[in-house]
Amino acid sequence: MRSYLPAFACKAPASLDEALVTLASEPGKWTPLAGGTDLMVLFESGKLPPGHFLSLWKLPELRGIEVTDDAITLGALTTYAEVREHATVAFELPMLAAAARESGAIAIQGRGTLGGNIMNASPAADSPPALVAYDAEIELVRASGARWVRYRDFHTGYKVMDRAPDEILRRIRIPRRDPGQHWVHFYRKVGTRRFQAITKVGIAAIGRVEGGVARDVRVAFTSVAPTVLAAARTEAALEGQAFGPGLVAAARAATRADVTPIDDIRSTERYRHQVAENLADSFVHALFAQKA
Amino acid sequence: MSDAEARAERLAVTFTVNGVEKTVETLPMKRLLDVLREDLALTGTKEGCGEGECGACSVFVDGRLVNSCLIPALQVEGSRVDTIEGLARGGELHAVQRAFLEAGGAQCGICTPGMVLAAVDVLRKHPNPTDEQVREGLAGNLCRCTGYMKIFDSVMTAALAIASRDGEGAA
Repeated sequence: MRSYLPAFACKAPASLDEALVTLASEPGKWTPLAGGTDLMVLFESGKLPPGHFLSLWKLPELRGIEVTDDAITLGALTTYAEVREHATVAFELPMLAAAARESGAIAIQGRGTLGGNIMNASPAADSPPALVAYDAEIELVRASGARWVRYRDFHTGYKVMDRAPDEILRRIRIPRRDPGQHWVHFYRKVGTRRFQAITKVGIAAIGRVEGGVARDVRVAFTSVAPTVLAAARTEAALEGQAFGPGLVAAARAATRADVTPIDDIRSTERYRHQVAENLADSFVHALFAQKA
Repeated sequence: MSDAEARAERLAVTFTVNGVEKTVETLPMKRLLDVLREDLALTGTKEGCGEGECGACSVFVDGRLVNSCLIPALQVEGSRVDTIEGLARGGELHAVQRAFLEAGGAQCGICTPGMVLAAVDVLRKHPNPTDEQVREGLAGNLCRCTGYMKIFDSVMTAALAIASRDGEGAA
């Protein structure tokens, strides 16, 4: 059933400062609204609680992609379309570009934003595992100041995160990697179809091999835990190790211990466990350039 | 965060529709889809699912293909909106519209306006598209009549027509 339109107040502040003052003066009253690709779906189906919404969509302070010597910084309102079209992002952050390409379809990608994807905190979101794997940091701003948080630590439970009611996500910073090193980026989304599908299980993993052993391994999953999952056991199982059947088995076992999937409308706990292990297995083979 | 006492106030939203500036008095969260159909009588834009899955409500906002069912009215303040009604120019159908007629890309017609705009978007990005690019570009638009093959044929027909027209223009 449709929502009752007059019960949804919404305003669009002219500047980030105005938005922050509004949030600070009435903490918790205003819900930030970005591209609308999550909230408007709930709204239309009558599942969005009535209230006050603060549209951030036109705030220039939250837009743009900046590339410096040591980092790529993306405004919170960077859309999936903008991620896909940015040459440096596509080249250096291929997992983020893949996540953008496989989120919804073209019309969703023109409107859905990275910041919205983070703050909506869906456990099945596609860009968060790439952001975790790339060691992203996010900047939260409020009227009284700003702080940077390691994204890996941001989500603390189902739809629970390290954000105060008067804070807005301003930007996402991703450190650039040494171009002299060979990095293996491994991104897979498993869903019912190639586009317009919500993920059943997804992985974003990166690492490199030096002297025959795995280094700087990051592994993150989506849709197998209450939040995006930084798979710490899987990372630890691989770090400093050489390829072999023992390593593949160890990675699979570590992933089995890392994930806590459930049965829901899209998939089952059993299927997700199996696929998560298979994805970890495939990553290990890809990392060492071995045939599975 | 919810607040059952919220009361929205109507506001004036000014934006450009198919090149003409319009101002509508509306509640802020009214969907762009409904503003187009109800306030501006532009009923070419269709409602299918109302949740961003089917693409029947596709329009361009500031040059981006979007689902108008997911956009609250106040977010188009100052924007440029282009709908199916603005595609034909001077009584002349757009090449994509002609191709849909020629290749049988339309049956019941509900998906067609969104499908045509998505096809226009594909051809702007990829004037000489691969089959894969067409399929990806139309992946957010559902059709329950055609089985899609005639729609894909229509897009390829349009691409050829545009290429041959532009070729003549250049010669």
